[in-house]
Amino acid sequence: MKKNKKPKKVIIEKASEMPPMPASLGSMRVNKTASWRSIKPIINIEKCTSCMICWKYCPEPAILPTNPPEIDYDFCKGCGICIVECPFDAIGSEKEGK
Amino acid sequence: MKRVLTGNFAAAYGASAARVHVIAAYPITPQTTIVEILSEIVANGELKADFVKVESEHSAISACIGAQAAGARTFTATSAQGLALMHEMLHWAARGRLPIVMTNVNRAMAPGWSIWADVTDSVAQRDTGWMQVYCENNQEVFDTILMSYKVSENKDVLLPTLINLDAFFLSHTSQVVDMYNQETIDQFLPEYHPEIKLDVENPRSFGALTSPEYYYEFSYKMHQSQEKAKSVIKQVGNEFKQLFGKKYDLIETYKCDDADLIMVDYGTIAGTAKESVDRMRQKGLKVGNLKIRYLRPFPKENIRKVLSNTKAVGVIDRAISFGQEGPFFTELKSAMYGLDIPLFGFIAGLGGRDVSIMNIESMVAYMQNNDPKDLIWIGVKK
Repeated sequence: MKKNKKPKKVIIEKASEMPPMPASLGSMRVNKTASWRSIKPIINIEKCTSCMICWKYCPEPAILPTNPPEIDYDFCKGCGICIVECPFDAIGSEKEGK
Repeated sequence: MKRVLTGNFAAAYGASAARVHVIAAYPITPQTTIVEILSEIVANGELKADFVKVESEHSAISACIGAQAAGARTFTATSAQGLALMHEMLHWAARGRLPIVMTNVNRAMAPGWSIWADVTDSVAQRDTGWMQVYCENNQEVFDTILMSYKVSENKDVLLPTLINLDAFFLSHTSQVVDMYNQETIDQFLPEYHPEIKLDVENPRSFGALTSPEYYYEFSYKMHQSQEKAKSVIKQVGNEFKQLFGKKYDLIETYKCDDADLIMVDYGTIAGTAKESVDRMRQKGLKVGNLKIRYLRPFPKENIRKVLSNTKAVGVIDRAISFGQEGPFFTELKSAMYGLDIPLFGFIAGLGGRDVSIMNIESMVAYMQNNDPKDLIWIGVKK
C-alpha cells in the first residue's frame, strides 16, 4: 500500500462515471462516519497517564496513538467503551449538540 | 488438428486451449469427465494452471470468483443439482462483473433422480445476470468456450457466460472436433488483463455495502452490458469466422427465407429439426428452422426479423415452467408481441426422452391442422 497517497472524497453523480462493479474508488478515510454520535467522549489530560488502554479498546479505531492520546472526532461514534475501560477515570462525556 | 471427442472432452480441451489459469470444479454426472480430463491435463503439465479441489459446487464457483477477481482467467463446469447449489454465487459472479466461463451439462432436476437431458437447471438461473449459450454439437462446445472468454472479457461486457450442452446427447457422444492450431487460438484470445482487480498495491473493497443511491445504477449498467454484448457476440463471431472458418451468431437460421412454417429450438434438438426440415421439404412442405443460441442476452430483434414474414411458428422446449408454458416459448412470445403470427408452444424431451424426426413432423402436422396454442405436450402416455 502506498502510505503517502492522500485520500480524496469522490462523489459520483452519473452512472457512466461509476466503475462496472461495486468496487470502492478510494479509502474509507475520506468517508467520515461520526455523524450519528450522540455522546462525545472527552479526555481529561490532567488525569491521563498515557497508558493507551483506551487506544487498545477503541473498535473504530478513533483514538490516535499520540502522547497524550487524542480522539479523532471525524470517526468516533460515541460507543463509550473508552469511558468504561479507562482505569484512571480520565475520560468523561458530554451530550452531542449541547 | 481434428480429433474424435465427446462433448465433455471438447469442453475440457476448449478450456485448456483458452489457457485458463485457475480451474475449480466438483464432479457430478454427466459433467464428470470434464473435471477428470482437466485434472489430467494440469497434472501432466500440458496446461499451466492451478486445479483447485473443492468439497462442493458452491465452493467451486466461489474459488473461481476469488481467482477471477484477482485477475486470473477461470473455468468451472457442473450439472443440474450442482448448478442449483451454485445459485447464490452465480449472482455474486455476475454482479461482481467477473467474466468467468462455465460449462453446464444440462441435466434434469431431481426428484425423480435423473441424469438425462433437460434444460430446467440452466433456465432456472436466467435472471442471475449470466450470459447463456446453448450448443448443438461438440464443435460448437469447443468453439463457444473460446468465443465466450473473448465476449465475457470485453470491457464493455464484463459478464460471465454459462455454456450449456445436453446431457449424453453431447456430453457422452463422440463427434469429430477441429481443435485448430494453438498459435491461432492464442492470436484470437490474448492473455487476460482486467482493468480493475484485487491488488495489494492499489487496495479497494469489492462488493461492499451499496446504498440505494448507487445500487440502481449498478443494475442499469449491467443491463446495458447485456445489450452491448449482442453486438460484441456478433463481432467476435465474425472474427472467429475469419480465423477458423466457422460462423456463429446469436441465432442460426436454416432454410428460413422462403419458409411458411418455422420451428424454433435450441441445443441438440436443433440438429434433429434441421434433418426434419430437409425431409419435409422433399415432401413439398416449406419448413425452416431457427436455432436460438443465446437465452441471455435474448436476441429478440434478430428473431423478430426472421419470423416476421412466416405464417406459423412452433417452439420446441426441453423444459416446462410449471404453471405457465415452455420457458423459451414465453421469451419468443414476448419478442413477437404485436405481430399477427400464429404461435405454438411444444413441450418435448423432458428428462432426456428422445425427440425424434417423427415427433417434429407431428408438431408440424399439428400446426397445419389446429389453432395456435401455448402449451402442447408431445408424446405424453395418456
